[in-house]
Amino acid sequence: MINKIQRTLIELANIHRFVMRFFREVFMPPYEFKEIIRQCYEVGWKSLPLISLTGFITGIVFTNQSRPSLAEFGATSWLPALISIAIIRALAPLVTALIASGKVGSQIGAELGSMKVTEQIDAMEVSGTNPFKFLVVSRVLATTISIPVLSCYTAAVGLLGAFLSVNAAENTSFRVYFDQVFEAVTFLDVFSLVLKAVVFGFTIGIVGCYQGYHSSKGTEGVGRAANWAVVMSMFLIFIEEILIVQIIQAMRA
Amino acid sequence: MLKSGGHIDRSTQVITVRNVSKSFGDLHVLRGVDLHLFKGENLVVLGRSGTGKSVLIKLISGLLKPDSGTIEVLGEHVDELDEKALQQLRLKIGFSFQNSALYDSMTVRENLEFPLVRNKRHLSRAEINHEVEDVLDAVGLLHTINQMPSELSGGQRKRIGIARTLILRPEIMMYDEPTAGLDPITCIEINGLINEVQEKYKTSSIIITHDLACAKSVGDRIVMLLDGRFERQGNFDEIFDTDDERVKPFYDYNFIT
Repeated sequence: MINKIQRTLIELANIHRFVMRFFREVFMPPYEFKEIIRQCYEVGWKSLPLISLTGFITGIVFTNQSRPSLAEFGATSWLPALISIAIIRALAPLVTALIASGKVGSQIGAELGSMKVTEQIDAMEVSGTNPFKFLVVSRVLATTISIPVLSCYTAAVGLLGAFLSVNAAENTSFRVYFDQVFEAVTFLDVFSLVLKAVVFGFTIGIVGCYQGYHSSKGTEGVGRAANWAVVMSMFLIFIEEILIVQIIQAMRA
Repeated sequence: MLKSGGHIDRSTQVITVRNVSKSFGDLHVLRGVDLHLFKGENLVVLGRSGTGKSVLIKLISGLLKPDSGTIEVLGEHVDELDEKALQQLRLKIGFSFQNSALYDSMTVRENLEFPLVRNKRHLSRAEINHEVEDVLDAVGLLHTINQMPSELSGGQRKRIGIARTLILRPEIMMYDEPTAGLDPITCIEINGLINEVQEKYKTSSIIITHDLACAKSVGDRIVMLLDGRFERQGNFDEIFDTDDERVKPFYDYNFIT
């Protein structure tokens, strides 16, 4: 039991050191712009098909599930407002982050894990390159930049999916639908979407990199790094969601 | 055939290891090791698997920190250097890994360019291309320049790994098991390459191995790591002129069985 507590404390200290090192190195030259852009392409562009499909389906399903409850009070005309608030405040950043932690987090964990066990990270270090800056800083920055962009895109695609459902059932026109959508959304809603997405993006990147960078020897270690990258980032995303909602509510009051 | 060793400057030590110990938990790998490498010398470190040979060169390169003792490389104390100074020192140390450690998402050209573009930022594209082609030519693999590491044989990967370290023109080379897992013909080629590198690039080298044919072919001096310490040193014949039961099986396995 004492050993377990000791191991947990050591792990927490290592995580703290890792995160602090990121903030120290992110501002120090040389800057790996080319690698950051390449990683943004890997994280953002390559996730687009999956995010598009998921966002679109989320919009349709959420609208179809919400309609009966509003219909009971004869309030289906409120659907666009309800959908926009739900998608922008909660669903878009959360769905994007969960999809990205599965796709991107595991990829980063496995990639760095495999580089670690095949000594490619050591090879970088002995050839005068800072592997932390090249591998970790670039990936964490890429997820922190890409996830907010993807979240905004998910919101747009989700609202489009919801429009199809609203248009088919209530015969609402495109213009009326989006008028109601934008009327319901406040600056704080958009701010909360971006804030959440930035925090989620950072979490996915840093957790994936930490797991990969510290993976133990062997292929089993690579698998574990990929697995833990997903599990830990998803867990942290939900915790962060709760905290950010509290902060935004406090700002709203 | 034993090497002559006429090119060695015995008045200059490029690496000096004094009383270095290293443990991993309860496992004491190195117990007060002393070692020196002369300028221009090829020093072979022999020893059984798991005796800390690779740990030793990782300590010298600053990839690991010793528990106690001092390591001096080219006049600088490795364990006292900050990150930036260590990075500068590493440019003078080439490290050839046991499994080559090529970046598997990059082509051979990109693997070789990687250390160059980051450490010699003033070079033009034409100069980078020239350097890459020159060093690939030196290891006889210019034709693989656009291939991925996964398309190369074990011997070719080793050669490319060596080329990648040579591109920064290091003063010291570290070879970690350069012939492990290779067929005898390729082993002879790699041994030849190590000697060519020593001659052409005027490097001083530490070669970690348990392949005695390699040790005999490339070593100007051989040291043997036994129970966490260097207990024997000399040329090939001097090392194995003993009845020590910890040493004899090495020779018997390689040259009698």
